[in-house]
Amino acid sequence: MLTIKNLHASINGKEILKGLNLEVKAGEVHAIMGPNGAGKSTLASVLAGKEDYEITEGSVTFDGKDLLDLETEDRAREGLFLAFQYPVEIPGVSNVNFLRTAINEIREYRGEEAISAKDFMALVREKSALVELDSKLATRSVNEGFSGGEKKRNEIFQMAMLEPKLAILDETDSGLDIDALRIVANGVNKLKSPKNATVVITHYQRLLDYIVPDVVHVLYDGKIVKSGPKELALELEEKGYDWIKSEVEAG
Amino acid sequence: MSTLLSVNKLETFRSHLNKTKIGFSNGILENAESFLNQTDFPTTKVEDWKYTRLNKISGIQPSNDTTLDTDVILDYDLGKETFKFIFQNGVLCSSSDANLPEGLTILPLEDCTQEQLASIPYQDNNELFVALNTFYCSSGLYIEVKKNTVVNKTIHIHHIVSGENMVNHVKHFINCGTSSNCNIILTFISGEAKNCMSNVLTNVVVGENAKLNIDKLQLENDGNYGVFNELTEIYANANFTLNTITLGGTLIRNNVHAEIKGQNVECNLNGAYLLKGSAHVDNHTLIEHQVPNCNSNELYKGVMDDKSTGVFNGKVIVHKDAQKTNAFQSNANVLLSKDATINTKPELEIYADDVKCSHGSTTGQLDENAIFYLRARGVSEASARQLLVQAFIEDVLEKIEDENVVNCIHNELSERLGWSFN
Ligand SMILES: Nc1ncnc2c1ncn2[C@@H]1O[C@H](COP(=O)(O)OP(=O)(O)O)[C@@H](O)[C@H]1O
Ligand SMILES: [Mg+2]
Repeated sequence: MLTIKNLHASINGKEILKGLNLEVKAGEVHAIMGPNGAGKSTLASVLAGKEDYEITEGSVTFDGKDLLDLETEDRAREGLFLAFQYPVEIPGVSNVNFLRTAINEIREYRGEEAISAKDFMALVREKSALVELDSKLATRSVNEGFSGGEKKRNEIFQMAMLEPKLAILDETDSGLDIDALRIVANGVNKLKSPKNATVVITHYQRLLDYIVPDVVHVLYDGKIVKSGPKELALELEEKGYDWIKSEVEAG
Repeated sequence: MSTLLSVNKLETFRSHLNKTKIGFSNGILENAESFLNQTDFPTTKVEDWKYTRLNKISGIQPSNDTTLDTDVILDYDLGKETFKFIFQNGVLCSSSDANLPEGLTILPLEDCTQEQLASIPYQDNNELFVALNTFYCSSGLYIEVKKNTVVNKTIHIHHIVSGENMVNHVKHFINCGTSSNCNIILTFISGEAKNCMSNVLTNVVVGENAKLNIDKLQLENDGNYGVFNELTEIYANANFTLNTITLGGTLIRNNVHAEIKGQNVECNLNGAYLLKGSAHVDNHTLIEHQVPNCNSNELYKGVMDDKSTGVFNGKVIVHKDAQKTNAFQSNANVLLSKDATINTKPELEIYADDVKCSHGSTTGQLDENAIFYLRARGVSEASARQLLVQAFIEDVLEKIEDENVVNCIHNELSERLGWSFN
């Protein structure tokens, strides 16, 4: 579904991604772990199409399409979703209002009919229940005045509304208490299907007790330096990233 | 040297205009004329006109062709029944034929008695466009809402300009009696007109305990100009709201002057201006608190795209005796392009000591991170920008209680800015 080959990306002349490779197939859950500043969020932003980054080398194909060639909105319309590490607050723009615009523009892109107001509201009710997001929050301004946990739940709510093929969750678990974590993980697990895939970027092994990955990758200094089964996460937690560092430096 | 050689542009401009036939008193007309005789169009050196050059207006050679273009669509449909009056190039060409209710008088100025004309306040013609408006006034409405009268249908006054180089001077007088209640909508369009200029002055008296709401939709097109004065006196316990929505015009100047003359008044001035191309819109407001215990709220918001320019100068004066005044003023702007400009100057002059007043102005751009966030959800860039601009302007639009007016604004926004509403 997603194939990243030798991806190099820089910002303000500083190279952050330095030849990253990753292959994600439908039905899979991948975890990307790595120390602060390794480039995890950069990878997520580059995939979502943030224009601040310059891609200097490499390719990304998503469902057979050249992802890097698409506008941000078209990437979303093709089925890519990014749950942001730091979701922005957008005063005055209601969650459901913009989601209806999003869904209808996505449908138009795919040559489908617009969603009826009734079906849309039913969808809002169903999906907000899934992530236990207070329906009042669903209608409020995007993330405005939300607690950290509410913002993360709102990301998963939006993901549930949009039903992406590939979801990238950037540290959706950080800052969540165990209840919120369970709710978020539950939401993700319920949306899992053989047709879609999830990439969870995380700092902590804890999340992976709830969202069980097929593969764990270690991103370090702009590259995936190690991949392995879910047990790798435990090993990382135990030994810390210094272990990876010395392994990488040893070559 | 150069002053000696320069021609008086006002003189040239005036030489093409016809003196009013309305029966204003000689004193008033003489006043206006003698003022006009010794003045000229102000330059940008004059503080009040610092950011608004009048050369587009002073450069018009007003046409004296009085035939009205009959191909122009005169109507403007608000989608509801109103008492409707239509002015084309300053000529009243359609009047609501519905029977006006008891207690409501609406007459063209031409048909007013001397006494009625004499009841119009603000005949102090020491301001250029006020004096021009008086001296060259072609028509206007005299609206009198008698004591205790609740006008249950909106009064809609529609103004159209057509043709080229047409200059019109329209003067309205809205007099709301004690405990009366009235809603008025003023609409202005210029359609296919070119190089036309409207000078519309609305004198307003909001009597004791009366409630008056005016929604003003300025839907001018490129290449046309307008100077609008709303001069209001507000008496005790009255409630006055003026919402000014401006969506175009190469040069639009609004002068709003609200004099609060009785206690316990609430005065609301709201404005939204959404400009593109080379539109230039200047909102000058002045609220004078002359007595204690009154509230004024002023909220103006602007969005400027392309090379458009906005000017906001909002002055609130709290006079010495106006204790316990609450005056709130805010002006916020978003610039959508690097060539767009806003000049904003909120001014607060307080001569009383026990008051609550605040004012502020902000200018910014749309939040690029928010745009990216919305696009990452599948929303096009244009829609993302629309959502943010809409969110920004919403708190002004939501002050407009009349749904039909809001619908009209939405229609205009979809036509002018390509917005969609679902
Ligand atoms: N605008 C920027 N200019 C320069 N460097 C940046 C900018 N944004 C992020 N970086 C750098 O990119 C690196 C990777 O950051 P990030 O992708 O956020 O890491 P992670 O998500 O793995 O913690 C960090 O060293 C960070 O300092
Ligand atoms: Mg990060």
